[in-house]
Amino acid sequence: MPKVLMKGNEAFGEGAIRAGCRCTFAYPITPQSELTHFLARRLPEIGGVFVQAESEVSAINMVYGAAAAGARVLTSTSSPGISLMQEGLSYIAGARLPCVVVNVMRGGPGLGNIAPAQGDYWQAVKGGGHGDYRLIVLAPASVPEIIALMELAFDLADKYRNPVMVVGDGVLGQMMEPVELESGEIRTAPEKPWATTGQGDRPQRNVINSLHIVPEDNERFNLDQAAVFAEIRRREQRSEEYRTEDAELVLMAFGTVARVAKAAVDRARARGIRAGLIRPITLWPFPDESVRRAAAQAQQFLVVEMNLGQMLEDVRLSVNGKRPVHFYGRPGGTVPTVREILDEVSRIMG
Amino acid sequence: MPKAFQRPQALTDKAFHYCPGCTHGIIHRLVAEAIDQLGMRTKTVGICPVGCAVFAYDYFNCDMIQAAHGRALAVATGVKRVLPDRLVFTYQGDGDLAAIGTAETVHAAARGEKITAIYVNNAVYGMTGGQMAPTTLLGQKTTTTPLGRERETAGFPLRVAEMLSTVEGAVYVSRVSVHSPRHVRQAGRAIRKAFEIQLRGLGFSLVEVLSICPTNWGLNSLEALKWLEKEMLPVYPLGELRAPAEEDAG
Repeated sequence: MPKVLMKGNEAFGEGAIRAGCRCTFAYPITPQSELTHFLARRLPEIGGVFVQAESEVSAINMVYGAAAAGARVLTSTSSPGISLMQEGLSYIAGARLPCVVVNVMRGGPGLGNIAPAQGDYWQAVKGGGHGDYRLIVLAPASVPEIIALMELAFDLADKYRNPVMVVGDGVLGQMMEPVELESGEIRTAPEKPWATTGQGDRPQRNVINSLHIVPEDNERFNLDQAAVFAEIRRREQRSEEYRTEDAELVLMAFGTVARVAKAAVDRARARGIRAGLIRPITLWPFPDESVRRAAAQAQQFLVVEMNLGQMLEDVRLSVNGKRPVHFYGRPGGTVPTVREILDEVSRIMG
Repeated sequence: MPKAFQRPQALTDKAFHYCPGCTHGIIHRLVAEAIDQLGMRTKTVGICPVGCAVFAYDYFNCDMIQAAHGRALAVATGVKRVLPDRLVFTYQGDGDLAAIGTAETVHAAARGEKITAIYVNNAVYGMTGGQMAPTTLLGQKTTTTPLGRERETAGFPLRVAEMLSTVEGAVYVSRVSVHSPRHVRQAGRAIRKAFEIQLRGLGFSLVEVLSICPTNWGLNSLEALKWLEKEMLPVYPLGELRAPAEEDAG
């Protein structure tokens, strides 16, 4: 296996290409720029399409069109761009179209800054656009995992006909790590008999639409989607557990800060504190089964995030009052250090 | 006995929901006839707007996509880039294309996307209840300009065809009307020409079609047709504002 050194932002693009994506629409924004630079160069080389849109609003609607036409399609942006895409995401979910959206999160709210942050957790997993819908949300924590989860993202999008968001942050986008690229295996999109490609030889024409003007019809659509979401919840929860077997204190963190939390777990263990870590890989569906299992044994939880406590709410819902759930976070584009987390661990376990 | 006149294949059998006297039905028919004449019905993807034509996916007998308000030309861009040999058109009103979708319109044209916009200008928002559109004439009464559109507070009507005629990627820009049988025939020819130019890969095309809204103008159909001729034509003059040289157009 050839090992190459790759930047996180480029790995998002490499993963997309390996997943069979040949189509990207995006508007420039920091700190995800290398992702679009990479795809603007690579996609035309392999017969693909890269279009720089006039705005994120337009980019997500180009994605809507390409997805309707049956393509595996990607857009990439950072926090303020995701805010602009919410209308399009709601329509894409409402029209049951598969696509993948990357959010390399930065500090907010407003213009905030371009430093790494996780302040878009609620926006990603609780909706953001109008109506009852869900995004499948994946959170890689390393460059190799970015590639693996991008491939998974396209598969899940097609399997459930639902948009998938992959969230990183400025640290993950900018860091370089060695990756092993399995040679040869390039995926292709499955057959999409529902796509609007021109009727051709089909007996019937296809329509892509999210309008159900009769309330009972729209209710039926929503209930059908609820069944899809329930199936996703049942089948697609993913998380990594680290030293949780005998843990009295379980840390919970995703993405970049999960790496810091993992180091804090080791340091705590060296001090004789039985700490462990659950790292959600799917933010939605939230891995509540892992958390419930851990709550049967662990005495306490500590959620660590690069925000003011957003995933915290989902952890508390999963723990459901059985154990104390503490929080340590740094918002606005700052990253908790191992020492800070360790101090918090010591205070709790005092 | 052969039928001399029948429903175009590119229209379904579904009855239009449009108000009595509305000219959307005529424009739908012209688009469908052009698709039929080019033999493209099974190779066409249409994108319908939010506005009076929101249900156009029920009427055009080809693959159809319903877009968010103003975004049809971005959606069309996505379709065409994936399927470059299909005929891709949008059908949009003036609120959709010239207000909330102005950026999508200008930049689809600037990129020279090989798609066609059928742009229906009736100087008012129809479906939402007769509000001022970007195309509303000075002095024209609407539900949000009850005393008539005043330049001081509500600005001036936007001439989309003239604006796009300065854009290099927009290779065919034409304004037509459907207020008389002669104009209907001209409009049909312009729509067909726009589709042909798209299929030849020359660039972006837009046909602005002046249309009436008896319901929201508060006029009967005949009065509305006369109002279009008398009031709209001076502000929105008809003609080809931009067209490829004959040897390019073929």
